Amino acid sequence: MLRSLRVRISQGRQYIGDLRAAAPANFRGMPVIADAACAPACRACADACPSNAFVSLDPVQIDLGRCVQCGDCAPVCPEKKLTFTNACHTAAVLRDDLLISAHRPAPPPIAVSAALHKQFGRSLRLRSVSAGGCNGCESELNAVSNVNFDLGRYGIEFVASPRHADGLVISGPITRNMAEPLQLCFDALPRPRFVLAFGACAISGGLFAEAPQIERQFLDANVPILYVPGCPPHPLTLVNGLMDLLGIALP
Amino acid sequence: MPPSPYLVASSLSPLTHVGFNHALRERLEAGARALTYFGAPLADGAIELTALLQDEQGLSVLRGHATGDAGLPALTVQFPQLHIFEREIHEQTGLPMPGHPWLKPVRSPVAPMAAYPFFKMEGKEVHEVAVGPIHAGVIEPGHFRFMCLGEQVHHLEIQLGFQHRGIEALVLQRPLAHAAALVETIAGDTSIGHTWAFCRALEAMAGVTVTDEVEIVRAIALELERVAMHLTGLSGIATDIGFLQGGTTWGRLRTTLINLSMQLCGSRFGRGWLRPGGVRFGIDAETARRIPDLLAQFQRDMRTVSALFETSLSVAGRLHEVGTVTAETARELGLVGMVARASSLDLDQRVALPGRAYTRLPMPHAKQLTGDVWARAALRIDEIGRSVVWLLQALAVPGLDAPPLQPIGALPPDTLAIGVCEGWRGETIHALQTDANGKLRHFKAQDPSLRNWFGLAVALRGNDISDFPICNKSFDLSYCGNDL
Repeated sequence: MLRSLRVRISQGRQYIGDLRAAAPANFRGMPVIADAACAPACRACADACPSNAFVSLDPVQIDLGRCVQCGDCAPVCPEKKLTFTNACHTAAVLRDDLLISAHRPAPPPIAVSAALHKQFGRSLRLRSVSAGGCNGCESELNAVSNVNFDLGRYGIEFVASPRHADGLVISGPITRNMAEPLQLCFDALPRPRFVLAFGACAISGGLFAEAPQIERQFLDANVPILYVPGCPPHPLTLVNGLMDLLGIALP
Repeated sequence: MPPSPYLVASSLSPLTHVGFNHALRERLEAGARALTYFGAPLADGAIELTALLQDEQGLSVLRGHATGDAGLPALTVQFPQLHIFEREIHEQTGLPMPGHPWLKPVRSPVAPMAAYPFFKMEGKEVHEVAVGPIHAGVIEPGHFRFMCLGEQVHHLEIQLGFQHRGIEALVLQRPLAHAAALVETIAGDTSIGHTWAFCRALEAMAGVTVTDEVEIVRAIALELERVAMHLTGLSGIATDIGFLQGGTTWGRLRTTLINLSMQLCGSRFGRGWLRPGGVRFGIDAETARRIPDLLAQFQRDMRTVSALFETSLSVAGRLHEVGTVTAETARELGLVGMVARASSLDLDQRVALPGRAYTRLPMPHAKQLTGDVWARAALRIDEIGRSVVWLLQALAVPGLDAPPLQPIGALPPDTLAIGVCEGWRGETIHALQTDANGKLRHFKAQDPSLRNWFGLAVALRGNDISDFPICNKSFDLSYCGNDL
């Protein structure tokens, strides 16, 4: 009993009170492109990028849906145009919103969906399917339910059975061997239901976009309602995206 | 000098398949251990075989050529530690392996799962339980087929491959500068363990020597990863047996440690930290002075919760004598890493192949004797303690600011380079082979999970099916690390 109390006292208060305001120290979250000219014909950043995130170079445009946040681009830029911030408000409802440039430095703020707020604003059950995820995304998905982020406080929980779920969270690039299980799992969700893409692999294929072992047709038929970028995304990126979209604890 | 955790060999003259088979058998009979053994198809249709062996002298390599017509007599029956390697060679190259008892696919289901010929156990009271690929949690996919008599599991057959992304081929197709980011996702919870093994192989091949301080920063990254992942595993075991204080407290202690990694390199998983030629982020003197306070508090809290766990009768009742792997079985099956050490084997590459970081600051060897779930949990508590003490010593080393990355120049032709690193699960092994023009023509990555999955299947024999979750958590294996 005394030992147990000692553990309880050592535990203290761990939860993050204001999730929207939380800013993880030194997280390499979002690239920032300075508004300056590039050296002529320079493509050092694009060549250094392992996931083809530089979708254009004139002007420089980065697809957050492909960016794996490795930061390998920043040190090779001769103009020092690229830096990273710890921003966690980077989720988007439209795929194209993840394209950023010097003139559009971040995805637009997420507007509350009246329909989703009504259906799931007070209770949302999610089923996670890892389809080639490397356990980075899966670890961060687990973290959103831990004592720090504790998304359960707003009625958002991960469940074991797709029959109990409202939404399917996909992580990983969707391997050929997981394409069918993923479809079967989604078919088992009762309506209304939705799909959410968590991480660069799920959004775009990420580092594996060109691998022949990837089969992503599922996403053609089931367009995600929320894209959570990162490799892996910080738990707060999902937390902020979901809370904004569902209109939870609005300021 | 202790043996090196890497090996470079140029222009190896291959043995014939008979000579290779004979040499491999002789070395294993003499007590050497196979670390990895893989095949690569050559342009002329022959299969190039490479076996990495370890004995007291350190690492050595055997190279042979076999042809598809002749095949290669399997050695698995005599040396079960080779079973998964021979299965993989057969799957990746098509080389016939006559005499192998079970050439089950390692990661590419040959037919739709419904048609896959699982083992069948027959009898009036016998039943099967099929679980997965999608499991009841936020976890990677794999299929488990339990053959049971009542509650008791007679055998568990594990079918993996659902996560196969073709990462080895991608590393060869992409520019070498993109390889590290890919390697970090072989098993995303072992980013440092894999990337360090890859850096060791590539730097050895390119003749690049990083500074001692860079090696220490890499080891700091590795030990932070080990502590964090051991805490994840302990938290999982605690939650599975309803020991909730362990579940939450170990969980939040993990948060402290991965946030420390993030402060040092920008990522909670050590992404972007290690690169061939050095580290992208060093540790400045001011930061190195600040961390020990945090670690001291961590040590206190860790001891408090671990004492509760270790003295709780209900914990002991659930974990003792469950999922036991004897030392003999662990040795025979070639199990590695923490699973092997929990079964009393002296198998830690930080001790056997310490490299410069662990030569300068040795890591005392941990082990447990009983080989059950309790032993694997107790070992992880012990290793966390040792790693934190080691980290405190390492952070006192002056000059951990990293120098800029050294460039990796042209690679030598016809060269094999292998790097080994003791990640948190066990030894990760990366092998690179160049062609006559110095271009990479083969890449082999090996996660410790490849060898330990079969250990889990064996550990479950004779146990209750309800004990599977804690057995599984105590092995804590990677699906994508196996599936690649």
